[in-house]
Amino acid sequence: MFATNQSPRILKPVKPWFIVATLILALLLNLLPLQQWLFMPDWVMLALAFWSVREWRHVGLGWAFALGLLMDVADASALGQHALAYVLLGYGASSLSRRLLWFSLSLQALHVLPLFLVATSIQAAIRMIAGDMFPGWGIFVTPFLVALLWPIVSFFLLIPQYQPEERDENRPI
Amino acid sequence: MALDQAPPPLFRNGPTPLARLSFYVTLSLALFVLDLRFHALEGLRQALFHVADPIRQVAQTPVRMLRDGSEYFTALETLQSENAALRTARLETAAALARLPELAAENERLRQILKLRASEATSGQAARILYTARDPFSRRVYLDKGANDGLVAGQPVMDADGLIGQVTRIFPAAAEVTLITDKNLTLPVRSARTGLRSFVSGLGDGTVALRYVPANADIQPGDLLTTSGLDGVYPSGFPVARVQAVERGSGNAFAEIIARPVAAVENHSIVMVLEPLQLPPAPETAAPAPPKPRRLRGR
Repeated sequence: MFATNQSPRILKPVKPWFIVATLILALLLNLLPLQQWLFMPDWVMLALAFWSVREWRHVGLGWAFALGLLMDVADASALGQHALAYVLLGYGASSLSRRLLWFSLSLQALHVLPLFLVATSIQAAIRMIAGDMFPGWGIFVTPFLVALLWPIVSFFLLIPQYQPEERDENRPI
Repeated sequence: MALDQAPPPLFRNGPTPLARLSFYVTLSLALFVLDLRFHALEGLRQALFHVADPIRQVAQTPVRMLRDGSEYFTALETLQSENAALRTARLETAAALARLPELAAENERLRQILKLRASEATSGQAARILYTARDPFSRRVYLDKGANDGLVAGQPVMDADGLIGQVTRIFPAAAEVTLITDKNLTLPVRSARTGLRSFVSGLGDGTVALRYVPANADIQPGDLLTTSGLDGVYPSGFPVARVQAVERGSGNAFAEIIARPVAAVENHSIVMVLEPLQLPPAPETAAPAPPKPRRLRGR
């Protein structure tokens, strides 16, 4: 059973280096030169939301801001555009964290979907205020994709915390 | 004895989440305004680019290996047919090319007779497109050459068929090219058939619009638009786009003209970066300031 607050399962504490590694991996996936694929999920958004929910003491708004700035530069978008969206996303996710973990994975995905939608709309809104054209409804596919990936990625990111402290033949887990 | 009212260190968590949120939101908005409105953050962008660059290098390695690998294993037959096609193309151009030096010399002589300014010889260097920027609001690509190879902002970029854009930002080992389909790029063109001069600007969806052409002007679908060379950025005579649709509304003074770029603007891998033009000095009375390379509106 997946570790939510309702399950009796106790997770091992997360290793800080693992959080950093997954965030960098997410950045790496975002920087893959596959932009010909129209709908690439925003992996940084996903990893950031996940860790803001699970480990809001470790992953604060500073991380969101720094990753946002890096994405701004890598995407050649306006400086501050991703940063603003990610900071708001991180805040929303961490304030949801106490509630979110009582739900099953699919309901969690439904809960975080509005956060992703808001983060995407904010980027669109701020660029349109600055005089850019609306790039089409296609940009709103990404938040749905990210929400769909939430259960899968949650499972994989928690695997290290499932491992037992020491192997014991007589103990089932 | 005074009672210590401060909470024990266990509960000291720094500023409240809301305070942090407002701090970072303010900072983001400040950066946004400084960058878009005042263009004051190029230094910060350069510094952050150096941080993101190693990650990008790592991310690009597998994709590049896949691409190069598939090129390596191209079937012999494909290569042979391509080779044959290239030979034919070379033969077709050989005759024209052989007469080129003679024609250029003759052109130069005639220009001297007519006391026209000598037309610039154009040269450039080939560069490879590294990747397309993910930003859905703009049309930009990055090249694998930068300031280290002598590129400067403002250089025109083209491929075998025509113009594709302009270098807008320079990093030490990379350069950002804004494509002619980007909404913020406008360039002066001339209709090859009638000589009508106007501007094209990108529409953001892979096409460009020909602006400020009167509704009764002689322009029709299929007309080729070439650079007019009036801006001092793009050399004249390079194909830009072909008119696709002309709409003459009765309510508008201008015709709505959509054109499609002739170059493979949004899918190509190797491009040519042309040398910047050397402009003649401007006449003293007309313009006191020397003509600068035209900058992009907006960012």
